[in-house]
Amino acid sequence: MQPQRRTIVTTAVNGTPVEALVDVRTTLADFLREEAGCTSVHLGCEHGVCGACTVLIDGLPVRSCLRLAAQATGHEITTLEGVMQTECGKTIGRAFVEQFAMQCGFCTAGFVLSLYHLLEGASEPITDRDIHETLGGHICRCTGYVSIVEAAKRLRDQRTCRGNS
Amino acid sequence: MKPAPFEYIAPESLEQAVEVLVQYGDESKILAGGQSLMPLLNMRLITPSVVMDINGLDELSYIRQEGEHLHIGALTRQYRLERDARIRQTVPVLAAATRLIGHPPIRYAGTIGGSLAHADPAAELPAVMCALEVELCVVGPSGARRIQAVDFFRGALDVDIRPDELLTEVRIPIRQNVMWGVQEYTRRAGDFALAGAIVLAEMEADRWTNGRVVLFGVEDRPLRVPRAEAVLTQQVLSDSQASAVAAAAVAELDCHADLHASAGYRQQLARVMVKRAYLDAVAMWNEKREDTAGSA
Ligand SMILES: Cc1cc2nc3c(=O)[nH]c(=O)nc-3n(C[C@H](O)[C@H](O)[C@H](O)COP(=O)(O)OP(=O)(O)OC[C@H]3O[C@@H](n4cnc5c(N)ncnc54)[C@H](O)[C@@H]3O)c2cc1C
Ligand code: FES
Ligand code: FES
Repeated sequence: MQPQRRTIVTTAVNGTPVEALVDVRTTLADFLREEAGCTSVHLGCEHGVCGACTVLIDGLPVRSCLRLAAQATGHEITTLEGVMQTECGKTIGRAFVEQFAMQCGFCTAGFVLSLYHLLEGASEPITDRDIHETLGGHICRCTGYVSIVEAAKRLRDQRTCRGNS
Repeated sequence: MKPAPFEYIAPESLEQAVEVLVQYGDESKILAGGQSLMPLLNMRLITPSVVMDINGLDELSYIRQEGEHLHIGALTRQYRLERDARIRQTVPVLAAATRLIGHPPIRYAGTIGGSLAHADPAAELPAVMCALEVELCVVGPSGARRIQAVDFFRGALDVDIRPDELLTEVRIPIRQNVMWGVQEYTRRAGDFALAGAIVLAEMEADRWTNGRVVLFGVEDRPLRVPRAEAVLTQQVLSDSQASAVAAAAVAELDCHADLHASAGYRQQLARVMVKRAYLDAVAMWNEKREDTAGSA
């Protein structure tokens, strides 16, 4: 066992296998943009605060700027590109458009992924506090948030996600 | 790619991890959840020559009860502390305090051990460890050591772990009839607290015993305040005690000042947080009494 400067990352991004040789200090965010072509992953702050780089790793939302690409081996990654192939993702997209929950779109992928995780994963009824807590992990400079909260509440009440039940 | 160059190694067992630490010691940094380490690397505030990723050490991820103690492995993710049924039953203050850390994506990645080893003065978990009188276990080349929480935290980002040691476990004593409150003030949801307080006591025949008052975010480490604990303990429980406990808690406080809050403002916030946490504990007791009265 020796420390390495470069390593081969073997992972699955939106269900497609991806393999690449990278410098070990490459963040997962840069790997997803540059090696996997997922340009929905946006980098705002690169220290975990803004939420723009959020992706799902094994189904859980985490900051891809705070993870090394080397750590992705053996895990499944889902980005906005993957979520938008699902019924739930499309419903969220429509709600964002209808409620004016996006303007420039820089923050949107992060919001959608966290919301997707909340709507699909909840085992108990989703409360307003759950919605605020989930959206609170993301910064949006354009909308003023109210429209995003409205979109989230509407999605909860529609119940299209939650395993499509 | 933001961090300065380093070498990466991912041991597969605790034994291997200790070997790496023995070899690289001070030159290396342990990577757990990465929620504090990665920002430091990205901003190049630290430039270790080796990063040791311990996420492969599944043996350090567990929550189990052993007799009157709850043992939690250092690599256990923070979100599990919020939701685990045993924690919510035996040490609910831990679940509640964990939910105050950052945002859900931070807690899906962050670990209990990382938060304790990092020891941010405003972090919730170090304060909870002091309030619950937890024992921390570290392992190094010469074996394991156990340290009391109050001795473990030595200052801002300074803990009793040597460069060739890892934090492996916390052991939380489970006590009965504990009433508690945890309160903090943040500028925005998910921020580090400007000031926070945990108040906790066991209830015996309408009197508090073994009272504990811990402040965080106000000095360089979590601060137990014996003076306030003395006011709390052996009192008949009542709302009117809240102000006295809170005043005692901040009487000798030497708060730090920074960009976000002056020392005076911080002290005032700390006083209010103690008061609120105390009132939460009282409310918890009243509710419990009503429940027992109702079912009798
Ligand atoms: C946006 C944001 C908001 C946050 N808000 C809060 C908050 O409100 N409250 C709060 O408390 N924290 C907050 N955090 C920090 C978060 O709780 C971190 O998860 C935690 O401080 C570190 O845990 P980690 O597992 O991520 O450790 P890492 O970042 O991987 O490591 C942190 C440090 O601990 C060392 N370390 C890790 N594990 C061990 C071990 N087993 N043995 C020895 N040393 C070890 C590392 O070498 C490093 O020095 C926030 C973080 C972010 C990005
Ligand atoms: S870029 Fe990762 S959280 Fe801001
Ligand atoms: S839509 Fe522009 S930052 Fe959110």
